[in-house]
Parts: sequence; C-alpha cells; structure tokens
Amino acid sequence: MLTAHELQDRLVRGDCSSVEIVQELLAAIQEVDGTIRGYLSVDAEAALAQARAADAARATGRGGPLLGIPVAIKDVLNVAGQPCGCASKMLRGYVAPYDATAVAALRAAGAVLLGRTNMDEFAMGSTTENSAFQVTRNPWSLEHVPGGSSGGSAAVVAAGEAVAALGSDTGGSIRQPAGFCGCVGLKPSYGRVSRYGLTAFASSLDQIGPMTRDVRDAARLLGVMAGHDPHDSTSLPAPVEDYEAGLPVSGGLRGMRLGMPREYFGGGLDTEVEAAVSAAVEECRRQGAEVVEISLPHTRYAIATYYIVACAEASANLSRFDGVRYGHRTAVAGDATELYLRSRAEGFGAEVKRRILLGTYVLSSGYHDAYYLRAQKVRTLIRRDFDAAFERCAAIVCPVAPTAAYRLGATGGDPLKMYLGDVFTVTANLAGLCGLALPCGFTAAGLPVGLQFLGPALGEARVLRAGRAYEQATAWHTRRAPHAAGMARTEAGGK
Amino acid sequence: MSAARYEAVIGLEVHVQLKTRSKMFCGCATSFGAEPNTNVCPVCLGYPGTMPVMNREAIRLTVLSGLMLGCRINPRSKFDRKSYFYPDMPKNYQITQYDQPLCLGGGVEIEGASGLATVPLTRIHLEEDVAKNMHFATCSGVDFNRAGSPLMEIVSEPAMHTPEQAVAYLQGLKQTLMYAGVSDCNLEEGNMRCDVNVSLRPVGATALGTKAELKNLNSFKSVLLALRAEIGRQEQLLREGGRVVQETRRWDVEAGATFLMRTKEDAHDYRYFPEPDLMPVVLSEQQIAEWARGLPETPRQRRARFASEYSLPEYDARVLAADKAVGDYFEAAARGSKAPKIVSNWVMTEMLRRLGETGQEIAAVQITPAALAELVELTEAGAINSNTARELFGELFANGGSPRALVEARGLAQVSDSGALQALVDQAIRENAKSAEDFRGGKAVALKFLTGQVMRLSRGKANPQLAAQLLEERLKK
Repeated sequence: MLTAHELQDRLVRGDCSSVEIVQELLAAIQEVDGTIRGYLSVDAEAALAQARAADAARATGRGGPLLGIPVAIKDVLNVAGQPCGCASKMLRGYVAPYDATAVAALRAAGAVLLGRTNMDEFAMGSTTENSAFQVTRNPWSLEHVPGGSSGGSAAVVAAGEAVAALGSDTGGSIRQPAGFCGCVGLKPSYGRVSRYGLTAFASSLDQIGPMTRDVRDAARLLGVMAGHDPHDSTSLPAPVEDYEAGLPVSGGLRGMRLGMPREYFGGGLDTEVEAAVSAAVEECRRQGAEVVEISLPHTRYAIATYYIVACAEASANLSRFDGVRYGHRTAVAGDATELYLRSRAEGFGAEVKRRILLGTYVLSSGYHDAYYLRAQKVRTLIRRDFDAAFERCAAIVCPVAPTAAYRLGATGGDPLKMYLGDVFTVTANLAGLCGLALPCGFTAAGLPVGLQFLGPALGEARVLRAGRAYEQATAWHTRRAPHAAGMARTEAGGK
Repeated sequence: MSAARYEAVIGLEVHVQLKTRSKMFCGCATSFGAEPNTNVCPVCLGYPGTMPVMNREAIRLTVLSGLMLGCRINPRSKFDRKSYFYPDMPKNYQITQYDQPLCLGGGVEIEGASGLATVPLTRIHLEEDVAKNMHFATCSGVDFNRAGSPLMEIVSEPAMHTPEQAVAYLQGLKQTLMYAGVSDCNLEEGNMRCDVNVSLRPVGATALGTKAELKNLNSFKSVLLALRAEIGRQEQLLREGGRVVQETRRWDVEAGATFLMRTKEDAHDYRYFPEPDLMPVVLSEQQIAEWARGLPETPRQRRARFASEYSLPEYDARVLAADKAVGDYFEAAARGSKAPKIVSNWVMTEMLRRLGETGQEIAAVQITPAALAELVELTEAGAINSNTARELFGELFANGGSPRALVEARGLAQVSDSGALQALVDQAIRENAKSAEDFRGGKAVALKFLTGQVMRLSRGKANPQLAAQLLEERLKK
C-alpha cells in the first residue's frame, strides 16, 4: 500500500495516472468494503471526473503535493453537493450547499474527494458503533471496532480503500481510531485548521486533521489545510510552516527531550499496551532522545471536565437540528413544540440524546456553576499542567489509549467505560495542544498499539519530527492489515 | 381596601436595529422589503458547520451609541449563547452578550415637569435579530431575511415613575441615536422595539415590587397608554389586597388593556454560556479614542451651539435641535443667511406646521434649504412683503423652485418706488374721504385702514411702510 507522497512521485514520473489510482481504490472498495463497511457513500463518477481533471491539469504542467491524490472525507465535513449526514438519521436528505474550508483547500490542491466515511453519530463515541447506519470493522480483526469517532476514516486507510482521509478530533476521535487501526492520525492545535464546515460537536475542542499511512503524509495534508480562515474567528493567524520540508531525513529525535507523564503509566493501562509503548520510548532513547518523567497532576479530572464541557457545547450546537429548515422532519406535528420533540426524538440516537441531556443539565440554572463553571476552572488547571510540562520537555510521549481496540459490542451497555478510554486523548483538546498518533507495535492478538506524541499549541512541526524519526527507525507503519485489499497494479509500478 | 398610595417604578429594554450594510455574522444584506428568504446564506440559516464572523461596524456603532449616551466602554466584552427553541431562531440559540456587554452605565437626558433630568442606563449590548414567523390559513412560514441582523439592546435602570417619563425617555433615546446615525429608530417599522417593566410600591418604600413585563408596544402612544392601563390594573389589585404576579403581558390597543401572555413558571432557562465560536471583543484605548474623535454632536451640544452660533433664543435652539433632520435643515439654510433668527422662525412655524399637516419628512421636502435662505433674503431686503413671502413658501413647499425666479416671473416684487405708489395713495384717499377726514381729525388708526387700501390696490405688492409714510405726508399737507 502506497502513501500519498509515494503515489505523487509516481504521478510525477508518469508511472501511473490519477484515474488509475482512483480505479484501484474503487476496486479495493468493491473488494473489502462489504466487510469493513468504512464508507457511507462513494461517488465513483465524481471521483473519476476529478481524477481526469487532475490528470489533464498535470498534462498542462500543473503540479502540487496532492494533485490527483484521493482523500476520503468523514461524514461530519461539508462538501458542496454531497450529503453530510454525520451518520445520523437527523440529517438524512441534507445536501451540503458549501465546502468546508479544509475541504476547499484539498480541492484547490487538486485532491480527489473519494467518498464519505462512517463515524459515530455526530462524532459522539469511541467505536463508530453509534453510527445510525452501519457498523465498521477493524481491518486487523473483524471482531473488533476501528475506534471512533473517525472509525470509518481509520478503517478505510488501514484497509487500503483510501490513501488518506480526513477525520475530526474532539476528545481523541482522530488519534484513538488511528491507534486502533495502525495508521497515523494528527490532531492539530486548536485553531491551526479552520473548523468552518465541520459540523460542530464541541466548538472549543473540535479540530479537523489528517489520517494517513505515514507521518510524512500527515505533514503534507496538514500543510495544505492549515492556516487562518476569515470564516473561522478561532483559527490562528500564525504563519504556516512547511511541515513536510521540516521533517528529518534521519536522526530527528537526537537531543529532543521527551516527557513521560507519570500519571499516564499507572493502573488501568493494559499490560500489552504498556509494554509496546515502553519499548517505543526505549527506541526513542536509542535514537538520541532524552526522556524525563513529568507530572500532569490534574489528569484524574480530565474525563469529567471533558464530558461536561463537550456536552454543554454540544447541547447548544445540536439545537439547530429541529426539522424546520433541513434534515429529518417528523411526519405529523400539531404545533412547533411537537415538531421539535418528535423530529428530535426520531432523528437522534441514544448516545447523542444522552449527551444533549447531560449538556442541558450542566448548563441549567442552579447547576451551571457547580458543573460548567467548575469544569472551565479545572480546564484552566489542566492547561497549566501542560504549560509547566512543556517547560521541561519539547514533547510528551505516551499511549494513545489504555487498551487496544475493543471487541464489537463490548462497550455497548456501559457508556462510562467507553468514556474512560479517552483519558490520554481528551487533555490535548482541553488544553488546545497538538497530538500525533502512530503505530508502535501489536498485541499478541495482532491488534495495533498506538503511540502518541503531544506538543504545545502550534508545535506541529515538533511532533511530526519526533513521529517521523520514530517511524523511520521502526517498520510498524509498513505492516498490512490482514483484511486490507490488495493494491497489486499500482504497487507494481503501473501499467 | 388599602388606602396606601403607590408609586410606579418603570424600566425599559429597547431593541434598536443598527444601520449596517451587512448582517452581524455573515455577509448578507440587511435591506428590508426583499422577497422572503432572499437575503440568506448558510450562516444566517444556521446550517451545519457554519460559524459566525463578527461585523466590526456593528461593534463600532454600538460603541458610538455608548459614547453618545455617556456609557463606560468595556475594554473587553464577550458574546454568549442564549438557548431556547423557537422557529424564528435559526440555531435555536441567539448570540448575545450576557455578563460582559460592550457598554455600561450612561444615561438619557429627558425633559420633565421639573426641568432636565437623566434616566440612568444599566447597559448596552449587541446581539443578533431573529427571523420573522408568518402564519397563513393552513400553514406557517419563516422569513429569515431579518435573521442575524445586528440588534442593540439598551437597558435602563428602573428609575422612571410615570408613563410620561417613559415616553420622554424613549424620545430622548431616539433623539440621541438619530444624532449618532446608528439607526432609523422607527417603532412602527420595528427597527426600534421596546419592552417595559413596571412594578408598584407604596410611596416611601425603597424595595421594588413584583414587576410585569409589557410587550407589543409599537408606538410612543402605546407605551403611554399601556403603562397607564397596567399601573391602574396593578394599583387596583393591590388596593383590593391582591398580589402582583411576575408575568409577561401583552398590550391590546383595541381593548386598551394588557393581557396575560405567560407567567414566570413558563419562563425559559436560557442556559447562557460563552460563545466558543467568537473571540472576546478587545477594544484598545486608542481605538475607543479614535471612535470618540469621530463622534457626532449630541443634542445638548447642538442646542448650545445653535444658541451661540446663530444668536437664537434658547427656545428656538431646543425646538430646532429636537429632531436631528430639522436641525440639519435649519443649519443648511441658516449657515449662509444674514438673518438666522428669521430662518428659525420660518422653520419653527411654517415648516413644522406644514410637515405636520402633510406627514412629510423634512429631509424629503421640495423647498431646499437654499431656497428658504433666498426667501428670507428677499424679505429682509424688502424685495417682497411678508404676505407674498408666506404665499411663496406654500408654493415652494409644494413644488420647489427658486423664490427669486418666481418673484420675477409673477411680478411679485414689492413696490418700493414712491413715484409708482403715489398714484395709488391718491386713489386710496380719494375713494375713502371719510377715513382721510378721520385721520386729519386726529384718529391715528385710520392710517392703518388707508394703508390696507393701498396694499389692496397694489395687489399686495406695495411696501406697507412706504405706503403709510406717503399717506401721512399727503394727508398732513
């Protein structure tokens, strides 16, 4: 399975065409997606048309890092003319009238928009089992979930059905599925990539990011999408670095000081995950990194804080789905109130309803101060933990999740258990940091284990360097999932 | 029955649509009267994934209003989400300012029975307007053209005690906002809307009573009548030993009474929290100072300036400055005139009377300020007499044109040539021998009659002073 940068090299050399790449992927989808079920929809005709246009542009001398490269898009992002259903019945029939800024950036760079990937409904969940439409399976083990909420994006990249994909990360929704599926996932710092066009779950936490086969592709996609957007007032004006050019050729970890948070390596961490991550830390040391122990004392409040803040914002963000202007509307309603009650009762799934109720509760008068306000204060403390930590180290190295991928159905009856699995990822969102997940080993059962590098706000170049250096020293990212599709033709070098 | 005497306590919340070209959070036009749902986009329709972008002009106009009203400008303010479900709300939350508004304090100067007074303001904040629900025979519709237009809310302290004060407050507020040029402030057209809070307490008490909120007040008169009715209702309730319940009441202009809309039990829990899609508004001292430098004159400043610059009596200055457009008109006419007081007289009497009769706006009248200045110049130079001037004013008010040209075309110039008038003087004496006798016999009033006869014979064109002088000379011979 080739990466975007490898395919781009072939395109430049004329070894293959974009149309051929898209055809390969359509064949792969045909081959495995009936089992994996990572895509909600694939518009083959539109993708081929974009590929033809990319080939034609190349013939006239145009180039670019993503020209002709297919990218799958999580169903939470608006792509003009395509449905954007957020894997919910609530948005059935809604067709996006505009492109998300990140999507427009990919389009402008010549990327081919391949299809829509499955997810937990409105990005709420960690297994993709909360999709209203289908269950996506992990290409490493069909009995396991791909993680979530960007499980579809992770699964199609790992299964060879996409070269790269976009996901969104509110509390780990890019990094955790990337970890579960053995691919690379980057959550940029809050504000690095415009959120305009990303259907909001929790506005102060959401970020769009790439899910790829290696770190270099993640750097490439980030470079295309990052930057200030006048449509998103929270996007950062800082200039965009050339992340890809900044990647090390070798020895990128030499002299880098990495922090290991004491609190992330305690009880509750699966022994196989701990072993793989510890070995990865050892590898970093061998590569010249200095590893120091650090402390993030407010870690134990992170899950509670996250679910209060995220649900509070979600309760308002999801109010707009009311059956009045678009999406699902109940068949019969006597008045406006009944229209809301019925449309929303019918349209939303259980997890979404649970979070709207939680969010409404923590903002209610009488409870607002005890929950929402206190959570905001704790959020500040968590941010300060990281400020202090980054005084002592350049980046933090830690697991992505306490365990490898869950068995299908394992968290179904117990949402709290599922929430606790987010413990190592939610802090980056609460503190506005960037985080990179990449494969660092496998369990005895053959499930991938993810390694995470966390960097300060706007520290993307740093975590990408660390990740690339680790990736170059290891070969985990080159392993193929047993249920991935074959990519014989393109890999053999074209025609 | 209680014999206690009660005092009303009144506070107002006024919503004013700001005159920006585009909406508060998107680029859609704010123009009105367009076909329903034509000035809309994914942002103001609340489509998934859209985000608000602050209209800096709306911030500027709100700060300008605050400066005009003597508010403290908050160097750091923020926006919040106010949640409730209603079909006119695209997102089912409104972006507004909860605890850190743009402007704090300040006041509105009103003229009351005991002279000038200031009604203190609590705050001014900025928020987005909602859409308009429309109800048809078999269905309802929503027009989102208005949704997301910038709306400024001005909250007064509960510091007024009579319906008349409340109306004076609204008039004063409107006057200042018109001076600021931030809004058209038309209650009937809905770009100025007002909610009134009113409670009663025994005279001498300091604690506030339970208030009622009045809605559907779309004219100054409605405010006056609704307050009178509501104060009466509450007073009767209290006298009969009842209690006022906190509730929202709707003014019914036909019935001349307020009716229950909802009680406190039905009140929304708005679940305010900071709007995460917008950064706080941080205004530097330099920015505020720069806007303050461009501040238009306040009504009070204009009154003082009119009095000194045009040597007008205080009364004239007050009448002319009351309405910004009237003051602008006066000033345009008076600036080049040698007789600003005469210009003032014309504006205050003929102009205001005719505006009242025809319902026209002064900005749209046919008679230009330059034409009025010319008319005054012609009168002052004695070229036409005052009757002719009044007639001409009517003519110019209706059709416009140049007074000088009209005078020439119609031969209306005052006859001040003694040679030309002499014949008419002689004719008047000849035809009114009795009056001439009376004058000679010492009856001074007879001269007035004879002068009138000369005016009649000249068809109004004679210079009346000259006519009287010639008559006197002739009769004394």
